[in-house]
Amino acid sequence: MTREHFNAELKRLQDETCVLGTMVATSITEAVRQLCARDRAGSERLIAWDRRVNEKCHAIEMATLTLIATQAPVATDMRVLAAVLETARELERIGDYAKGIAAISLKLGDAPYAQPVWDLLTEMSVRARDMLDRALDAFARRDLPAAHAIIRQDDGIDDLFNQIFGIAMHPNGALPGVAAGDLTATLERANYLMWIAHNLERSADRVTNICQRVIFTVTGELDDLDPM
Amino acid sequence: MTVALEAGPRARTARNGANPPMGGDNVLEARALHVYYGAFRAIENVTLPIARNRITAFIGPSGCGKSTMLRAFNRMNDLVPTARVEGDIVYRGQSIYAPGVDPVEVRRHIGMVFQKPNPFPKSIYDNVAWGARINGFRGTRRELDDLVEAALVQAALWDEVHDKLDQSGLSLSGGQQQRLCIARAIAVKPDVILMDEPCSALDPIATLRIEDLMQQLKERYTILIVTHNMQQAARASDYTAFFNMGDRRQGYLVEFGPTPELFTNPKDPRTEDYITGRFG
Repeated sequence: MTREHFNAELKRLQDETCVLGTMVATSITEAVRQLCARDRAGSERLIAWDRRVNEKCHAIEMATLTLIATQAPVATDMRVLAAVLETARELERIGDYAKGIAAISLKLGDAPYAQPVWDLLTEMSVRARDMLDRALDAFARRDLPAAHAIIRQDDGIDDLFNQIFGIAMHPNGALPGVAAGDLTATLERANYLMWIAHNLERSADRVTNICQRVIFTVTGELDDLDPM
Repeated sequence: MTVALEAGPRARTARNGANPPMGGDNVLEARALHVYYGAFRAIENVTLPIARNRITAFIGPSGCGKSTMLRAFNRMNDLVPTARVEGDIVYRGQSIYAPGVDPVEVRRHIGMVFQKPNPFPKSIYDNVAWGARINGFRGTRRELDDLVEAALVQAALWDEVHDKLDQSGLSLSGGQQQRLCIARAIAVKPDVILMDEPCSALDPIATLRIEDLMQQLKERYTILIVTHNMQQAARASDYTAFFNMGDRRQGYLVEFGPTPELFTNPKDPRTEDYITGRFG
């Protein structure tokens, strides 16, 4: 086998991308757990943790660009490196969404929400994380059927988002503790709720983008890609 | 008897992007071509269309027959006493191996640039004018001057040599000598230019100049290039043909297609192994 250094570096970058994915996957569920548990210290730790995520992403990007510049990869090698670059950026954005949820948690303080809201947000975060875990596995194994299956799973996340959207639009009972007629407080709480749900929904969209990169790596085809 | 080869209309402006070469706009086509040196089959059963006003690159490991294949396109292999072909090469609808076709006439339409720059030990002017003269140029000195200037301009050499046309071609740098050889090749107004590793003796800057020149030349000419440098094929060509060597050392065509596709998503695992450096 020739190009042993190149092969080793190619594998290391894929492994590092999976490590980055694991760092981010934890953040998604933790951000919502901290929100529901009013864990302010946890939210602050998560915001600080995002710097590590960014550093890891940038390290992967620089190493990938260096490999492209010095090794002139083509064919599958080139597609893998393109997928690494795209996937690292998608993961970094998912990390930003988790950090955004943590920031909202700090703003919310102890403002009460009804249990169905927590349940829906928790369900969204668990499903998004499950999608991400399986996408990372598909990325590592270049598993085409799995990538397609995960993309289809995104519809379930969208359904949950729509349910939360309905609650935010009709907050009676779901946002307790707001005095009747206090429009400002109602809008603010509904807005926070929408942002959290939006961040989770976008995280799942980013996961589908990762799956599309897996498809590109395997098939070399971009025709079916519909970037979110 | 000499059969005249008619060149079709030239100087078509190249369009953006590469068209599929099988659609009838092909200037040359190898059909089930076998090339032998004595009993040894150097090329086995190659069918390959060459698109007009496009650059087609031949890549493959040493000994896979890509230079033999290139030379078959203007009957240069005829100069090897034991060489013979089966199958055919068709140029603008006409077999170049048909009885009565003059190989010299073939080479006037299908010119060649070699691996090592080989200017004659003559002046820069005479190097370029030579082809016209041996082809019985009948014009005035002024017309010959214009022809030499036009060829040197097309070869992107005029600005560097216009004030020293009487100096020896051998006084130029390697890259300039190769562009002089390109000027010499195009001075006889060919239709197709075959290039056999034209940059292998040049430094990287001179190489990039030749590659830039090829992009300009393809607006007027069809270019075939053999290169050991896969990045050169990727950078400079519209179509790439990958040749490999079989168990009897015979060269055969593995894959042919638009260069962007072949280098991003090759269809054959042997192509993938070769272009990613995992060959053998």
